[in-house]
Amino acid sequence: MNNFNGIYNFVSGPLVWLAFIIFIGGSIYRIRNLIVLVNKKERYIYTYMSLKYSLRSIMHWIIPFATVNWRKRPLMTITTFIFHAGLVIMPFFVSAHVVMFHNAWGFSWPSLPESFTDTVTLLVIICSIIFLIRRLVLREVKFLTDASDFGVLLITAAPFITGFLAYHNVGSYHFWVILHILSGEIMLVAIPFTKLSHMLYAVFTRAYIGSEFGKVRHARDW
Amino acid sequence: MTDTANWDWETKEKLVSDLNEWKDSYNWVEEPYVSPDGEKIAAIVNTDEAEFNVCENGKAWEIEEPFEKAYSLRYSPDGRLIVLSAADDEWKPVVDGKPWETIFDFIWDLKFSNDGKAIAVASQTDTEYCMAVNDVPWEDSYTFMTCMILSADGKKSASSVQTIPLGQAEVFKFQEGAFTAAVNGVPWDKNFVNVWNMAFNADGSSLAAEVRHNLYDYTIVVDGKPWNTVYGCVWQPIFHPNTNAVIAPVKLKDGWTLACDDNILWDSRFTQVWQQMVSKESEKIAAIVASSYGKWTIAVDGKPWNITFGDMVTDAVFSPDGSRVACIGTDKEQYTICDNGNAWDMKCDMVWKPVFSPDGNKVAAKIDKNGKRTIAVDGRLWNKMCDEVWEPVFSPDGSKILCRSVEDGKYYRRIIPVNEF
Amino acid sequence: MALPYIEYEKNIIDQGLETGTERLTKERIAKVVDKVIGGETGARLKAYVDTCVHCGLCSDACHMYLSTKRDPKLTPSAKVKRTMSVILAKKGNVSPAFIKKASEIASTECNLCKRCVQYCPFGIDIAYVMSVVRRICHLCGVTPLYIQDTAHSHSVTQNQMWVKEDEWIDTLQWQEEDSREEIPDCRIPLDKEGADFMYSVIGPEPKFLAQLLYQTAIIFNAAGLNWTMPSFPGWDNSDMAMFTGDSEIMGRNKRFHYEAAQRLKVKKIVMGECGHAFRAAYDMGNRWVSWAMPPVPMVHAIEFYYDLLKSGKIKVKEKYKKSVTLHDPCNTIRGRGLHEKARYVINELCENFIEMHPNREHNYCCNAGGGVINCGPPFKKKRVSTNRIKAQQCADTGAEILITPCHNCHSGMEDIIGDYGVDMHVKFINDIMYEVMEKPGLE
Repeated sequence: MNNFNGIYNFVSGPLVWLAFIIFIGGSIYRIRNLIVLVNKKERYIYTYMSLKYSLRSIMHWIIPFATVNWRKRPLMTITTFIFHAGLVIMPFFVSAHVVMFHNAWGFSWPSLPESFTDTVTLLVIICSIIFLIRRLVLREVKFLTDASDFGVLLITAAPFITGFLAYHNVGSYHFWVILHILSGEIMLVAIPFTKLSHMLYAVFTRAYIGSEFGKVRHARDW
Repeated sequence: MTDTANWDWETKEKLVSDLNEWKDSYNWVEEPYVSPDGEKIAAIVNTDEAEFNVCENGKAWEIEEPFEKAYSLRYSPDGRLIVLSAADDEWKPVVDGKPWETIFDFIWDLKFSNDGKAIAVASQTDTEYCMAVNDVPWEDSYTFMTCMILSADGKKSASSVQTIPLGQAEVFKFQEGAFTAAVNGVPWDKNFVNVWNMAFNADGSSLAAEVRHNLYDYTIVVDGKPWNTVYGCVWQPIFHPNTNAVIAPVKLKDGWTLACDDNILWDSRFTQVWQQMVSKESEKIAAIVASSYGKWTIAVDGKPWNITFGDMVTDAVFSPDGSRVACIGTDKEQYTICDNGNAWDMKCDMVWKPVFSPDGNKVAAKIDKNGKRTIAVDGRLWNKMCDEVWEPVFSPDGSKILCRSVEDGKYYRRIIPVNEF
Repeated sequence: MALPYIEYEKNIIDQGLETGTERLTKERIAKVVDKVIGGETGARLKAYVDTCVHCGLCSDACHMYLSTKRDPKLTPSAKVKRTMSVILAKKGNVSPAFIKKASEIASTECNLCKRCVQYCPFGIDIAYVMSVVRRICHLCGVTPLYIQDTAHSHSVTQNQMWVKEDEWIDTLQWQEEDSREEIPDCRIPLDKEGADFMYSVIGPEPKFLAQLLYQTAIIFNAAGLNWTMPSFPGWDNSDMAMFTGDSEIMGRNKRFHYEAAQRLKVKKIVMGECGHAFRAAYDMGNRWVSWAMPPVPMVHAIEFYYDLLKSGKIKVKEKYKKSVTLHDPCNTIRGRGLHEKARYVINELCENFIEMHPNREHNYCCNAGGGVINCGPPFKKKRVSTNRIKAQQCADTGAEILITPCHNCHSGMEDIIGDYGVDMHVKFINDIMYEVMEKPGLE
């Protein structure tokens, strides 16, 4: 038990700080590098950037079924949107997270009912399994898939799997909680340095191509 | 250059010819051209089915047989009228109604020496190509010819020529170099993959060209000898009128700049540099540059103007003393004249190359505004909006301007005091 | 009716690729990759490569993938995986044989049509990545023979077909002469300074399709427009150097083209029905030069015809009777959004217009574009085989006439409908407009 406490305190204390520092620092570093690179070698990009068309493009792609391809692939679309919504929004509203935040900082915000977050967690896990099956079964996706793609999927799914197991007290609660925190930290750290960086870059690639399509090509990019 | 001193600078207005009457005499009248002094106007006219002639000041040339084809009607700087004509598939330049003796299978690209005394054409006979100057074709001809030029005095002509035959899609043979430059028909002894735009020096004794050694390495060649350095790209070189140095835009890793005799001339780097020019008087060097992406201006001795244009800058010219530069600047499809970094407060639908007064204090240009043509001086419009005008010419003392215009189909030659603009 | 699948020989021998590869060394590859990846590319390539999560959502965008029983090697992302991803992962330490394969993939398995851009959630521009691969292959000297020859033609003549300067003028004068049998005072005015329009075309028009020049002369004359054509290089707006990766020659071509317009002091350039030329002049070549947008307003024929019909300058005598369908060329539709104007034009000219599906920006590429058809006979079968879906799409309309306002599309579609046995004829808008319009002054 003491051992668990020690480890728990470490992963939920200093490691959290470290993870966030690396995540935020790494993200700033990656975005900064991208912008520096544009300034150094592709300044002309600014000539074609347009806020209106950037937003037009981003809005179409972050709304389910608002693009042709989203409509063509309903299962993938639903999976993608549940997965990403669960991934990005849910951690802020799980009651245990809110409580922890309150304990640490003295303020909090309303959390979602546990039954709801539990269902979403399960859905995210199911989505991860669908992604996994796609990578294993669909020939065109299988051909593209590297080992790292499985790794990235595991990194993203792990906090949900461990959180789910901890919540349902499967085996040792403490074990899963520690793994849960650890896997969350690994994911944060991985964001700037793996393919998860699409979280950082997507807005830029989308805005750029949206601008080119809107301002220069006068065509839809969805 | 053309001597304007003995032109008529006194007659205020002369109705030279009424083109409406021409139209009654011929099936159709093509676009007219006027002589430099404005005394004559001419056009190719259709006299019958597939029969053409040239009409000058209302009078058709007296020619033995009508032309079956006629194109490229132009006045030489010394006021002679030339057309490229064909009958029975035999092509000849015809000068003031008199054809050359030499017959060609085809001729094109009419050129003049500065004084107009030399007339040159590119020619093809029996699928062999050469230039011909004043009725004298080169002794040697080639299977392919591009980028023809004539020296200022007209004594030398040159072009890029193919000296090694190439079969269909012989790409690797091509890459060994099948082209060179020929001066008065005599080729350089070294071949290149490409030989492009060329320039003669002032007395025509040297020729410089932009070349590509292989598909990647560009440089400048002077009289057959390439510069040692290869560049990412180059544009047409020119000779310094006083020092004979060769100056060319070159692309370096960090951008475009000018090089002189294979040494980098300007410290500044631009997104683009071309059409450099040197003033014989001030020895300043100016070029059209893009100071950053999509922003065009003029740089003088490496220093760009503050003003930039989004569409393009063209037709730059030094003032006679070399102290100022004027050019055309275009932004959002609106044209204006930019004089030493200051744009005229006048947006036009088209502007022609600016013309400096002999003292360099005034700039005039032909402009197009709302479908009408007129002349502007220092941003002020002439009070006549015409169907057509030709580019303005200042009198030698700079006090008057020769205005050549067509109004209601009538061609007028007018002398307008500059202060009336 | 479902069309058959046509098999093709996978091992294609192209002398340009073979000889180029024989002469290539690993040292040269490393140097080239360093120059391109280290020097010429930047944030775009990096962001694209780092952002792609290998989701495969781009697959359905590609006509080649859809035409080959869903060959996973032919998805857009797979083409990157087989080329650029390896070059980057190995930091340029790849073999000449790899470059040969990469060149074949980039030059003949991708039309740079950008349909996949519309299917990628991140908007990754795979066409751009494939262009960079082509650039690397160009600098390595490994490009398919026929398109390389075309790039050489551009470099020497500034036109695509080794058309000599006298041949060009002679052809225009010949077409002008012929047109006078129809409109006695019809002209193709050469070098008419200060005209409103300069009409520019691609090399194949004077070489093989002179009737298009004839028909265009009739259209301009009937509309009573003040127009001109240059007698000198710069008349050709096309640009295969853009597709071989020879950016310098691409820029040079565009400079010649726009400087021709500047020299002639025209207010607008009208270009014939060519797609890739439009891309070169509107989007690619001008950027290399540093013209952010075309320095002289430049419109594609579709837009020009639209203006003529809308303004009443050209009137239709009697609409075209046969049923027609329209292939939307990528470079003017996805590249310039001219799809509605094209439909207006066709509905004005034709009685019975049948849409093919998908259409507009979501059209399937003809598989000839992006320089693929210009890679010539060695790759013809492959090009036809990998675009069954387009043939199917055409066949499903049941239309008699297939309108393709683009030269490469036109030739590519002729090959496809021919080899799949689709009963259609391919026409340009120009052909139909010429046929149905009123011709004032007609003898």
